[in-house]
Amino acid sequence: MRQVVIIGGGVAGLEAAGFLGKMGHQVVLLEKEKAVGGHVGKWDRLFPNRRQGSEVMDFIRKKMDEKVSIITEAGIKSIDTSPDGYAVVLTNGEAIRADAILLATGFELFDARKKEEYGYGIYDNVITSADLERIFREEGKITTADGQAPQKVAFVHCVGSRDEKAGNVYCSKVCCVTGVKQAIEVKEMMPAAKVYSFYMDIRMFDRHFEELYIEAQQQGITFIRGRLSEVYEDQGKVQCKVEDTLTGKPMKVTVDLLVLLVGFMPSPETKRLAGMLKINIGSDGFVLPIDGHISQNETGVPGIFLAGAVTGPKCIATTLSDARSAALQIDQYLKTK
Amino acid sequence: MRNYDPFVLPFMLGFLFLVVLIIYKFAQWLIRLNMREKVLFRHGMLSRKFLHAGNEVFMESLIHRKMFKANPLLGYMHMSLAFGWFLLIVLGNVESRLHTGAHLNMPYFPIFLKFFVTEKETIPFYGGFTNLMDFLLLMVLSGVFLALIKRMTSRIFGMRRTTNLKVGDKIALITLWLIFPLRLFAESLTAAQHHNGGFMTENVGQFLAAFLPTDQLSYPAWWLYSISLGAFFVAVPFSRYMHIPAEILLIYLRHFGIHSTKVYSSFSELEVYSCSRCGVCIDKCQLHTADIHFNTPTYFFRAIRERSLSGDLTDACLLCDRCTAACPVEINTTAIRIAKRATFSTSFKSDFSYLPANHTRRKADVAYFAGCMTHLTPAIRKAMIAILEHAKVKYHFIDEQGICCGRPLMMTGRLEEAQQLVRKNEALIKGSGARILLLSCPICLKAFREDYHLDIRIMHHSEYICELMDRQILQIPAGTQLFSFHDPCELGRGSGIFDQPRKILSEAGKLVKSKFEKENSFCCGGSLGHTSLSQAQRNIITQEVVNELTKNNPDSLVTACPLCKKTFTRWSEVPVKDIAEIVAEVISLGSTQSDREQNTNSLGIKVHEKQKRK
Ligand SMILES: Cc1cc2nc3c(=O)[nH]c(=O)nc-3n(C[C@H](O)[C@H](O)[C@H](O)COP(=O)(O)OP(=O)(O)OC[C@H]3O[C@@H](n4cnc5c(N)ncnc54)[C@H](O)[C@@H]3O)c2cc1C
Ligand code: SF4
Ligand code: SF4
Ligand code: SF4
Repeated sequence: MRQVVIIGGGVAGLEAAGFLGKMGHQVVLLEKEKAVGGHVGKWDRLFPNRRQGSEVMDFIRKKMDEKVSIITEAGIKSIDTSPDGYAVVLTNGEAIRADAILLATGFELFDARKKEEYGYGIYDNVITSADLERIFREEGKITTADGQAPQKVAFVHCVGSRDEKAGNVYCSKVCCVTGVKQAIEVKEMMPAAKVYSFYMDIRMFDRHFEELYIEAQQQGITFIRGRLSEVYEDQGKVQCKVEDTLTGKPMKVTVDLLVLLVGFMPSPETKRLAGMLKINIGSDGFVLPIDGHISQNETGVPGIFLAGAVTGPKCIATTLSDARSAALQIDQYLKTK
Repeated sequence: MRNYDPFVLPFMLGFLFLVVLIIYKFAQWLIRLNMREKVLFRHGMLSRKFLHAGNEVFMESLIHRKMFKANPLLGYMHMSLAFGWFLLIVLGNVESRLHTGAHLNMPYFPIFLKFFVTEKETIPFYGGFTNLMDFLLLMVLSGVFLALIKRMTSRIFGMRRTTNLKVGDKIALITLWLIFPLRLFAESLTAAQHHNGGFMTENVGQFLAAFLPTDQLSYPAWWLYSISLGAFFVAVPFSRYMHIPAEILLIYLRHFGIHSTKVYSSFSELEVYSCSRCGVCIDKCQLHTADIHFNTPTYFFRAIRERSLSGDLTDACLLCDRCTAACPVEINTTAIRIAKRATFSTSFKSDFSYLPANHTRRKADVAYFAGCMTHLTPAIRKAMIAILEHAKVKYHFIDEQGICCGRPLMMTGRLEEAQQLVRKNEALIKGSGARILLLSCPICLKAFREDYHLDIRIMHHSEYICELMDRQILQIPAGTQLFSFHDPCELGRGSGIFDQPRKILSEAGKLVKSKFEKENSFCCGGSLGHTSLSQAQRNIITQEVVNELTKNNPDSLVTACPLCKKTFTRWSEVPVKDIAEIVAEVISLGSTQSDREQNTNSLGIKVHEKQKRK
């Protein structure tokens, strides 16, 4: 029987594993963390319909059968070519045979500390969208550092994305809709709170996203077009300096909590693996498929395939389709090998 | 005895042309000095400075001492040409005076002495003289030989790039190279007939006589020698060799206390002409990394001289001063760049009325001005406040609202607009009554030191912290962390502060050495000096610098400038910190109150206890 090694146990890797198992292949899934799930495992409710992230995870997991074996806390030492394919050598010395490899190592969150002017890690009341998801999941209520309920909350779009200085010119695609979703959630949780959003432009690219944006406006969330330039915390209050680019005026907004909508970053781990596998990286740092239109999952290196956010920012639905498409391609490849 | 021949005419005409032109140029430069500079000039001419300047002219224009320091081989090349030629002229003069007994000879006479004087007996110590002259000629020829090699392969000189020459320079260069081989040729041919040569010309003459009709060739050779000299003199004003007379005047004016300013002046023009296009600055420029070439002072100054300067060329510079620090002529390239930018930059209607009126709040000894860059790196601001609080300094944070120091505007040549900010800040600082202006940003430091009129101490926080340490107001416990330190352009080369940050870091941990430190440190790539550089080009520069500075695996990459910190942070895998952050992390709470009481006023420390007791 043919064996496929999947690197990365986020939704992309898991979905592909389930499908490949059903197609009759042996699958070994390597996950570097203690548990699979990737980023989606950390989110509370998902856009656009605010169903629980765990529901999606359960749905994906259910598809997996005994053909899939999962190794967690797996570190990859090297990937060697062998006459009949590849051997993935783990840091514990174990070598796993692979007829094909699927790279599904996803993304990393932009480290908001690299945008020092926004004060993440310096000021107590500046958090990221990922922190807010954790707060929703684990704490169920939002407080400022001194335990008070915030009366004013602001969201900042494009933190670490569309920002040449931060080294990332691309749009992370999902942070706009995430920010809008989270703004509604905050407003619902604390109807008296004032909620702002500082954006460059709102990118609502997919089905039902625009409706979410309209809902947010109806709920009274204030959208201000302008880039946040700097933040100053004084006695627990976060002062934001922004230029309103619609009215052309510099303005100051003082809030109790500032949420930074962090974007996608290519992970250094992926870069290392790409080097071992001799596959190409784009100027944005994400892995390059052989063709952006017609071969999204192929790399040009025989037997090496791609799925999910490893090739750039994606939402879950796109990630899952991409994973299934990769499974199909791998199945074809193994049949003709 | 003959003392004239028509072949001297090309030399004489060229010589007269050059002398008249130099007098004209010098007069022009001097007349255009402003009133203050003219006074300095007049005073200088009658003071000891005149002698000091003469000494420097000797050391620099003839011996090329600084060039020797920068690059010994290049130094020898310049020295052998300049000093060798100079000695040839001096000795030739002595010889010719001994010969004629007159005090003044025609200028050509010593140059062509061997043609006119063929009987050795007429000059005392003839043998000694002629051998010495041969030796000097050999020395000059070795310089010419090196120059030839440098043109062919500059790598031998440790230079990756050498100056790209234009027509005027090429003509001058070729005629210059021809002068000395032709002199050797002419003197040797004459020596073959009259045996009046030294160890070299005599032997070369004998050798040539073996297969050449020396008696027919010697006269044409003197013509050629004279033509090459004349042609070179005519080419000088149109070539880089104008730097030779210009540099002499420059050295005098500098000794008299005249310096370049941000306004393009007659003195700036003189500096431009003093550039020898030696090319030392070329390799220093990091813009090559971003694939930008022909931007360095060499080319910038040439474009000014040729009146072909473009806005793009003026802009193509980080104002990092790496080249300035290496320039053997010590031309203030940055000041000239800024001055020229003023002629290209479009002024805009600036309105800073939205800035807060200066509120004279509580008085304090230290006025802390963080600067707008520090407002973008709040960790530095937070660390500084922690240090000031810890040391119980009586300070006043004067730019909490964030006002620009004006230097970014100055760098783009917008001097008028910058003045508005300068006036605003001066009022603010004077109103605070402080005795120390404390800054976190070296860009501000340079502006406050150079462009403001303030009667108080202006200190960067690295200097201030160091002083607090010296007075044992701040104690830094010895640590084991490994630091790599980056000298910010405006702090190091710009303000000469190299030691204080190193002292602080060596107390707090261990400092790794780098090839690129102090005068030779890099620009981080974030410079405000170059407004049209693309982010992608900046990133390439920054990545190269970060790789170099973190290759010893330090625990942190430390700098002392908010802009450098911001620029590095994106690309460094090692944490990037300002020196203030390092200090804030490690300061001990151990310093005792009594220590502080002794060290009060000059650092602005509040003397709580004593005052209360009184
Ligand atoms: C704040 C935020 C909120 C979001 N909310 C939504 C939402 O509501 N709805 C939606 O549709 N999308 C949402 N997304 C997008 C969603 O998170 C992604 O589409 C999804 O995570 C992509 O899955 P993936 O498997 O490709 O990558 P990841 O989720 O990043 O998973 C990659 C996995 O690979 C593992 N891995 C990485 N390197 C290695 C290695 N070398 N060896 C072994 N394992 C490795 C990682 O540990 C991880 O488990 C959100 C994104 C963000 C940033
Ligand atoms: S999705 Fe929105 S917030 Fe995210 S990078 Fe794109 S424009 Fe910016
Ligand atoms: S600016 Fe200085 S270093 Fe550069 S070519 Fe001129 S003299 Fe040489
Ligand atoms: S100042 Fe710096 S950037 Fe400008 S020419 Fe000199 S070395 Fe290059």
